[in-house]
Amino acid sequence: MDAIIFWPFALLALLGAVLLIFHKNPIHSALALIMTLFSTAALFVMLHAGFVAVLQILVYAGAIMVLFIFVIMMLNLQREELGLRRHAAKKIVATVLALGIGLKFALVLTAQLLPRAELAASFGSVENVGMMVFNDYMLPFQAIGVLLLSAVIGAVVVAKTRF
Amino acid sequence: MSWLTTITLNHFLVLAVLLFTLGMIGVMLRKNGLIVFMCIELMLNAVNLAFITFAAMHGNEVGHTMVFFVMTVAAAEAAVGLAVFVALFRNKVTVYVDEAADLKL
Repeated sequence: MDAIIFWPFALLALLGAVLLIFHKNPIHSALALIMTLFSTAALFVMLHAGFVAVLQILVYAGAIMVLFIFVIMMLNLQREELGLRRHAAKKIVATVLALGIGLKFALVLTAQLLPRAELAASFGSVENVGMMVFNDYMLPFQAIGVLLLSAVIGAVVVAKTRF
Repeated sequence: MSWLTTITLNHFLVLAVLLFTLGMIGVMLRKNGLIVFMCIELMLNAVNLAFITFAAMHGNEVGHTMVFFVMTVAAAEAAVGLAVFVALFRNKVTVYVDEAADLKL
C-alpha cells in the first residue's frame, strides 16, 4: 500500500528536480519546482506530517513560487542556451563530484534499517506542532517574526533604490 | 526485490539525498541566477524531507517545528534574494551570475 503511494510521488519529485535543472525556459523550471514541492508535500503526509504538508503547499508552492514566477515574468527573461560549450571540464567535474557525494550519502543512509517509532494518531497535527512552537520555541518564533519584518524592509529598500 | 514493495524510512532519506544532489548540480551548472536560487530552494526542501523523516523515526515533533522555521527563513531569503536580482537587472540588464562579477579581484 505504501509503495503504491511512495513511488509515483518520489519519481515525480525527481522528475521535477531534473526538469528544473535542465529546462531552458525559467518559467518551465519554476513550474517543475512546484511539481517537486507538491510531491514532497504528499510524502510529508505519508510521514504523518499533515500540518507541515499544508504549510509546504501554502507557503512554498503558493507564496514563494508565485514571487519567483512574478519576478521571472517581470524581467521577461530569454531562454538560456545550455550545453557544455563553455567550461565543459569544470561542469563535468562538478557533476561527477556532486553525484559522488550523493552516492556516498546514500550508501551511509542505507547501511542500516531505520526503525519507525510508534506514532500517535495526533502526531504532527496543528495542535501538537502549535503547542511546541508557542511553548518550547517561543523565542525563535519571535525572532523569526523580526527576521521576516527586516527581510521585507530590506527587500523594498534594495529593489527601490537606484545605485 | 523487497525494497520495491516495502517502503522504509531509508527510502525517504535516499530520496532527500537525491533531491539535494540534484539541487547542488543545478547550483553549479546553471548561470541564470533565478534558477540557481530555485535550486537552493530545492536543497532546502530536501533537507526538510530529511527532518520530517527523522521526526517519524524518533516519534518526536521537534523536526516539524524545525521545518516550520526553515520555511520561514526560506521565505525571507526569497524576498531579499529576488529584490537583489531585480536591482541587479536594473543596473546591468542581466541575471546571469557570471556577468555580475564587479566585486571580483
